[in-house]
Amino acid sequence: MAKITKQDVEYVAALAQLSPDEETKERLVREMGEILGYMDKLNELDTTGIEPTMHAIPITNVFRDDVVTPGIERDQALTNAPKSDGEYFLVPRILDVE
Amino acid sequence: MPKELHELTAHEIRDAVRTRKISAVEVAECFFRRIGEVDEKVKAYVDVWRQYGLAQARSVDDRLAKGKEMGLLAGVPIGIKDVLCTRQGYTTCCSRILCGYRSPFDATVVQRLEAADAVFLGKLNMDEFAMGSSTENSSVQVTRNPWNLKCVPGGSSGGSAAAVSADECAIALGSDTGGSIRQPAALCGCVGMKPTYGRVSRYGLVAFASSLDQVGPLTKDVEDLATVMNVMCGRDPRDSTSADIPVPDFTKSLRSDVSDITIGLPKEYYTDALNNEMREKIETAIDGLKKLGAKVVEVSLPHTDYAIACYYIICTAEASANLARFDGVRYGHRSRDAKDVRDMYCMSKTEAFGREVQRRIMLGTYVLSSGYYDAYYLKAQKVRSLIRRDFLEAFQKCDVIIGPTSPTAAFQIGEKTSDPLEMYLSDIYTISVNLATIPGLSIPCGLTRRGLPAGMQIMGKPFDEETMIRVAYTYEKNCGIDMGRPPIV
Repeated sequence: MAKITKQDVEYVAALAQLSPDEETKERLVREMGEILGYMDKLNELDTTGIEPTMHAIPITNVFRDDVVTPGIERDQALTNAPKSDGEYFLVPRILDVE
Repeated sequence: MPKELHELTAHEIRDAVRTRKISAVEVAECFFRRIGEVDEKVKAYVDVWRQYGLAQARSVDDRLAKGKEMGLLAGVPIGIKDVLCTRQGYTTCCSRILCGYRSPFDATVVQRLEAADAVFLGKLNMDEFAMGSSTENSSVQVTRNPWNLKCVPGGSSGGSAAAVSADECAIALGSDTGGSIRQPAALCGCVGMKPTYGRVSRYGLVAFASSLDQVGPLTKDVEDLATVMNVMCGRDPRDSTSADIPVPDFTKSLRSDVSDITIGLPKEYYTDALNNEMREKIETAIDGLKKLGAKVVEVSLPHTDYAIACYYIICTAEASANLARFDGVRYGHRSRDAKDVRDMYCMSKTEAFGREVQRRIMLGTYVLSSGYYDAYYLKAQKVRSLIRRDFLEAFQKCDVIIGPTSPTAAFQIGEKTSDPLEMYLSDIYTISVNLATIPGLSIPCGLTRRGLPAGMQIMGKPFDEETMIRVAYTYEKNCGIDMGRPPIV
């Protein structure tokens, strides 16, 4: 059975860019432990030599003619932006420099 | 007694509009009135498009008056699950992270329906990002089952199923990743289909688990299902996973004949886990089809027991990758308090994603993380191959496989919300179909003693929706039980 610790939850939350509070972390320790424990059921199966399903349908390359077609205009692309200056998406400072 | 206008099927409405017995505007007015009357109780709609729908209806009437040839869905009032992008109104997936989002484009299926002269009534409630089996995970509202307002409509397309069942639209669009069309269709007493993966374009369908997601219809009868499938299906250059396979005329499959059909009954589906009442309903339905000449054989799907574990590894993994895009940069919620970019990502997501969505992102991130990838994700992909192989082998012996859609009828609101694993287990009969990429259809097969609908699932070979539609139509015409109408209003 998968044993999930609080450290595991914190590590995975950092990877997933989530910041759960203490109460949520404790709930996730319990719930993820239970659900991942259930998933361990798959280990009962011998899958030696079985190809994984990497694609839902057997298609390889899908080609199209190399023709320029109109995409979404900049104005339209910016309409849902939480913050923009009319030309770019604006975000908080990334580099910590003066 | 002549039926009320809102009780008509889509093809009845279409025929009446085309022959100008009624106008598309009259139909639209009637449905908006119906929504006004019952949606306070049902809560299926999250956005009603009165002005837009009436404008579409007027355009249908104008073109009819000019003698124009009209589409297969002329004047048919349709509701759209909020997971599909529409330029009209909002597209939110019933998540706070997309609150106020307006899509700059229409999903391909939405475009195709509009080109077939459908009339749109609005957007329908769903579990946030289609993650759930009861529609209780919506950040907007809890939808109620029209057959019993204390019960869930199923999910994640709960708004779609409840709206069709309560006559708040003639057809609804849904999406199905692990049963999200078929299970609510079963719980609300309508017909619902998840087409073969690749049959319908996913362009404009907000992605949950890309290798499992498929758009499909919820309807009042099988003829409506065949009609709208004719409009929805087919290759779309904007979705490279849409299959380049000819689309048949599904209405040609609307004939009562199962004399050449062999039905497979998987022994793993008829165990003690299946509620007795559900079992009786399915057995009665199978007997009916047998009397009409169908042959019945037992088949085996030996990996059935592993499907839920396999599914929840794959779907959470894909979801964690797909939902990473909601970072508060280009659209969606952005936390007001973030000091730097890293803060902005974390706080925006944590503030605006609901509990179930965050749980799945966490699980998906875990199963993909270094050290666990092989043990969980790769293992699940191998088990997926075994599950698909089970079905393909079973289909060597039969044309369709039949079983229940859901192990129980609709459960009470709040009954399963505290135990996520128990909620996951209610998907047992539907998720294998998505893993195997085959088509599945749910059709009503009676009411339980408590007056709740039961659903039968017909599963078909890849890209053989025609045979499923023929079996469903034969059942509906010859042994379908008159369900009556839900007791609301």
